[in-house]
Amino acid sequence: MKFLSRFARFWYDFIVGDDWRLAMGVVIAVPAAYVGAHGGVNVWWLLPLAVTMLLSLSVGLTARKARRH
Amino acid sequence: MTREALLVVAAFLACAVEMVEALTIVLAVGVTRGWRSALIGTATALGGLTVVVAALGPALAYLPIDSLRLVVGTLLLVFGLQWLRKAILRASGLKAMHDEDSIYRDEVAALRAAGRLPAHDWYAFTVAFKGVFLEGLEVAFIVVTFGGSQHNVGLASIGAAAALVVVLVAGSIVHAPLSRVPENTLKFGVGVMLSAFGMFWAGEGAGVSWPGSDASILGLIAFVLVIAFALVAVLKRDGSAQTTKVEAVESVEAVGA
Repeated sequence: MKFLSRFARFWYDFIVGDDWRLAMGVVIAVPAAYVGAHGGVNVWWLLPLAVTMLLSLSVGLTARKARRH
Repeated sequence: MTREALLVVAAFLACAVEMVEALTIVLAVGVTRGWRSALIGTATALGGLTVVVAALGPALAYLPIDSLRLVVGTLLLVFGLQWLRKAILRASGLKAMHDEDSIYRDEVAALRAAGRLPAHDWYAFTVAFKGVFLEGLEVAFIVVTFGGSQHNVGLASIGAAAALVVVLVAGSIVHAPLSRVPENTLKFGVGVMLSAFGMFWAGEGAGVSWPGSDASILGLIAFVLVIAFALVAVLKRDGSAQTTKVEAVESVEAVGA
């Protein structure tokens, strides 16, 4: 059991890393692009927009927390 | 052609960055505890990584390309954004720069503290194996996903192998940590490429039609670069560097997670 939790923890740290919000945002944005594209709308701009918002949010929140401490 | 060239460049850069980190650990083990066990540990780890790539690479060729790109692109985008986030925080002075000299000194101190050397040094073997395998796992992940998304793991492996040769030759000549390699700049570049490729492949897998087709990869790279530089500029302007505070915040979050 301990091995499994360490194994899961390793892959979580490896892929998701320090900020889960980035992973969550991507997991929402990609299916949204899929739905848009299969609904007949070419949403090529959606992922660049999501990347801009997610990165800004993530580094912005980290910087703000750092200033508060 | 653009895709193939960028595939090799991305695999080369990512591999070079990770191998520099692995080399620092192996050098610390070799210099402190002897080279025999350090090199056996390194060779065993490289063998393990080869098995991972050889097993997963061909398997990916049998999966439908669109589903593969959707899944792999999503994973790469998550992975790339994490990498880029750290690079932005480092470039803006909010996170400590990766310092191979300091890592080397810490490793040597820990290895010396581990005590006397037995005939077969399992400690040295384990530290070298773990260092090379864990750093290499990121490379294997990039090689398999980059290569798999174009059904061309061989081409990505060529980029990775070229980086391995360059870093090994440099390490054997210098015999010290490669602290002059602009590692933080390279990591910034790799983060940009991983994020751009992740967007491109996730988009293609989702059925998005990119303006300019393959050439849009270059546009996406430029776009991510601009966003990353803009964020660095804003963070530098807004705050004084508070390296220790960001590290403290992240360790508190990790404990709470």
